[in-house]
Amino acid sequence: MGSYSYYPGCSQLSSAEEYGDSAVAVAQALGIRLEPLPDWSCCGASSAHMTNRLLSVALPARNLARARERGGDLVVVCAACYHNLRSAQIELLEDEEMASRLERVIGSDPRFRGRIVHLLDLIYEVVGLERLRERVVNPLRGLRPVSYYGCLMARPPEMMEGDNPDHPRRMDELLDALGAEVRPWSYKTDCCGGSLSLTRTDLVVGLVNRLFEAAEEAGADSLVTACPMCLANLEMRQREGKLTFGHEHDLPVFFFTELIGLALGMEEADSWLSKHLMDPRPLLWRNGVRTGGRRPA
Amino acid sequence: MIKATGSGLEREIEARCGERVRLCFQCGKCSTGCLFTPAMDLLPHQAMKLVQLGQEERLLSSRTIWICASCVTCTARCPNDIDVAGVIDALRQMALEKGVRPAERNVPLFHSCFLGNIRATGRISEPVLMGAYKALSGDLFSDIGLAVEMLRKGKIKLVPSLVRGRREIRRIFSESGGKGAVGKG
Repeated sequence: MGSYSYYPGCSQLSSAEEYGDSAVAVAQALGIRLEPLPDWSCCGASSAHMTNRLLSVALPARNLARARERGGDLVVVCAACYHNLRSAQIELLEDEEMASRLERVIGSDPRFRGRIVHLLDLIYEVVGLERLRERVVNPLRGLRPVSYYGCLMARPPEMMEGDNPDHPRRMDELLDALGAEVRPWSYKTDCCGGSLSLTRTDLVVGLVNRLFEAAEEAGADSLVTACPMCLANLEMRQREGKLTFGHEHDLPVFFFTELIGLALGMEEADSWLSKHLMDPRPLLWRNGVRTGGRRPA
Repeated sequence: MIKATGSGLEREIEARCGERVRLCFQCGKCSTGCLFTPAMDLLPHQAMKLVQLGQEERLLSSRTIWICASCVTCTARCPNDIDVAGVIDALRQMALEKGVRPAERNVPLFHSCFLGNIRATGRISEPVLMGAYKALSGDLFSDIGLAVEMLRKGKIKLVPSLVRGRREIRRIFSESGGKGAVGKG
């Protein structure tokens, strides 16, 4: 189903390695070839736009120039990278003064006119629900997840093409096609506070706890995300919630790509899941979903 | 008819990010939807009012500008299409440029460590970022158990991934005047 330029993003090389690995493997299994941009660099994340406007366009621009040289569309898996690359693209195509200034600095043309697309949307559009459903050999029956988009994929509303920014549905539909019993809830696009996770942990623990409470109230046993910052923050700060609020939440958090791989019966799924701070495998085993790894006695 | 008058601060914000804060009529939707208000000293709609009134000092020394997590809910809900989160970004940038002492010291410190990491290697290396931030903030021990757990799970790569085009990255930083190191303030 074609070959695409791919922007991996820093987290996917380290703390969210399982996201990068599962994204590339699952895309490949579905006939989508992801080719990393040569010598890509960090998009600047929140720190660039919060402190320096030019930097917040220039750091993505270096990558957009590479995407332009390669041609075609650019696939992104991290919600923050997606948000920053798209915001910068709009800026560069609308502000000619900015574009030519940065062209001088970078030494190549940053006016990328291709589409910047999140892998979730690409799979939804190019593979489609029907074909995905046909590929499922290990249905996620019994799993009751809520889909959690977080803020950066959904806002501003222009970020969300083809889905409702207030009530996005695509992830629910994908998970449903995998056999999961997706639960409805109202917190899909509420912020988890990821950018303040280290600096104002006290505040973030409250926000994370609120999300887990709402998920439990909705009858969910897990959360599914398409953002490495959300996943890291939800896993790291869930535990502290136990101390602060005296209430235990034990909801694992998945990347949507891991669940696709699992449902497709991919052997690697176990190694992805084993990297989570909160091991999601016992929940899957309880529901009779095979992960490919060895079950504890 | 809305005239192009208003406080100097209003005009400065417009020059920086293109947002016309004078359009704000104080409906308060930005504040009602904001999840971070419990830690703010000015609610988002109050911050917009203070921009209209030119109260630069109060804004730049507020907690609010550093507590905003840029989740962009306010922007999405503003009936006058003001990018409220973009205005907050502009206020943060001004505070740093003017050397205003930040009410939330660790937030800009974290950003500065983050950008310093990009300037040095082109990509974020979590141990480099965490090490720098923990050392400079003095908050050394809060997440130590977590760090051990992450190392054990292979989530922390000790060897940073280097971008070849680091000269380009440095040019980007010098052109933008981005600190990328512990700057003033």
